Amino acid sequence: MSNDVLVHVRNVEKRFRRGSEDIHVLSGLSLEVPRGEFLALMGPSGSGKTTLLNLIGGLDRPTGGSVEIEGERIDGFSDRKLAAWRARHVGLVFQMYNLLPVLTAERNVDLPLLLTHLSRQERRRHVEAALAVVGLSHRARHFPRQMSGGEQQRVGIARAIVTDPTLLLCDEPTGDLDRKAGDEILDLLQVLNREQGKTIVMVTHDPHASARASRTVHLNKGQLSTEAVP
Amino acid sequence: MKFLHLIGSNLRRKKLRTTLTMLSILIAFLLYGYLCAIQEGLNAGVSVAGEDRLVVRHKVSLIQLLPVSYKDRIARIPGVDAVVHQTWFGGIYQDPKKFFAQMPVEPEAFLDMYPEFILEEGARKAWMQMRTGAIVGRKTANRFGWKVGDRVPIQTTIWVQKNGSQTWEFDIVGIFDGAEKGVDTTQLFFRHDYFDEARAEGDGMVGWYSVRIKDPERAPEVAQAIDEEFANSPAETKAEAEGAFVQGFAKQVGDIGAITAAILSAVFFTILLVSGNTMAQAVRERTEELGVLKALGFTSPQVLGFVLAESCLIAGIGGLSGLGLAWLMISAGDPTNGALPIFYFPMRSLFLGIGLVLGLGLITGIVPAWQAMRIEIADALRRN
Repeated sequence: MSNDVLVHVRNVEKRFRRGSEDIHVLSGLSLEVPRGEFLALMGPSGSGKTTLLNLIGGLDRPTGGSVEIEGERIDGFSDRKLAAWRARHVGLVFQMYNLLPVLTAERNVDLPLLLTHLSRQERRRHVEAALAVVGLSHRARHFPRQMSGGEQQRVGIARAIVTDPTLLLCDEPTGDLDRKAGDEILDLLQVLNREQGKTIVMVTHDPHASARASRTVHLNKGQLSTEAVP
Repeated sequence: MKFLHLIGSNLRRKKLRTTLTMLSILIAFLLYGYLCAIQEGLNAGVSVAGEDRLVVRHKVSLIQLLPVSYKDRIARIPGVDAVVHQTWFGGIYQDPKKFFAQMPVEPEAFLDMYPEFILEEGARKAWMQMRTGAIVGRKTANRFGWKVGDRVPIQTTIWVQKNGSQTWEFDIVGIFDGAEKGVDTTQLFFRHDYFDEARAEGDGMVGWYSVRIKDPERAPEVAQAIDEEFANSPAETKAEAEGAFVQGFAKQVGDIGAITAAILSAVFFTILLVSGNTMAQAVRERTEELGVLKALGFTSPQVLGFVLAESCLIAGIGGLSGLGLAWLMISAGDPTNGALPIFYFPMRSLFLGIGLVLGLGLITGIVPAWQAMRIEIADALRRN
């Protein structure tokens, strides 16, 4: 394996059981993501985009095949080890932002840092830096309900980058935003990719969003497809 | 500690629901405190009953009298150290609601038998000298505003005097205190010689005997020897430990322990359902958030811990406030205005209450916490 490859997905399968029926979401899919790439995963609903993202982020396990990140096979990790690995290596950005409504922006961003050994002051510095990157220092004490969708998503991105993760995984990060706010988020992701060298895998079915990525792959019925599927 | 803010902030999520749940827990533990104090009052004396004392009463019932001649016979039984007798007087002061116990006793032997009654030396001497003298416990003295030197009339339907009067007058010569918290200081004791000479009936008979034994471990053996001494006589006896006697006396108004336990069980069962439902609902409502926490790297046991800690926090704030309020209100005074011989929140009940608070928190939280722990990240996030 080349040293440039950060994510190496080999022949992964993912089956779900619904009643007596086996549903094949991913079938022998392989994918490599070089370090520093901004990859867009596109495909119609049910094509397996989010499932693939979950496997890469260690949020779920494949039924078959392997997932290697930085040369480490994460699919065999115990639950505890996988949780610790996620905390250290993965930043997650969700379509619905998924901020905790009872916490202020800074407390939300602080969440992943609670799992580190950093002191309170060090955590505060990291939080301030992350909020500054997304341009929301002035909103640190605001609760999610007091912010717009775009601002909430920027808080979500600050939470994702506050631990300086290896990999940034974004699931439809602009899916719930208007075009202007969506563009701001995509600008931010591009800056993180280009200026900070973050490797980003973004699920989207918006061609406008995928155009910002350095590469786009298409999924159809659980397999990679060379052609875009309508 | 760094997770405390995360746990605490969840309490602000549904303020009204959380407040109502805490209030219901508070009320439950306030009730618990009061019932414990009332139970202690109705079981007055059980906890401070002398381990080295037996009570010998008539085998048939407490109201049947025993011959005074039994005293010397009991005293001769091996293992017996001292014997005193008492008799139920059953008097009332002014009106039947103002009930308290009065007993004629032999002063010197009685005070020697019950060192938990603390009486000043001067009062002790005065009692020996005055035949109509009586000593009264601090609680009753305070209740009626009695002081040393007062002459108090007590009416009784049980003991009519030889002159036909049902009103007995006693001179208060001393007010005694309890050596420890649970000692009953509602009683009045007066001299048996005055009583014996003045009563029209019951000559040579007494109510029951208190017997001090040399070795508390031999109590069952000595009790058996006493009962055997009077077996097949016209007045057979039942000797038992003082604690059991006091408990039996309290049970005349019902099994207080069982009644209290039944009420509290009903209350706590209800609270269990209320709090359990609150926690279950709280977890159901934020399945996605718990999924996000796990996605961020929080482990399943950590998520379990958060939910359990939250449930314990709700129970803790409500329960400990309830116990604290109960403590304050009970300390402020007896709501029966002195009808209970003692009224306080026993320390053991307080500690048991704290244990119940913790137990409530754990029990109501364990099922939702378990569910939260088992949440699959992908499933939780898919709910979006």
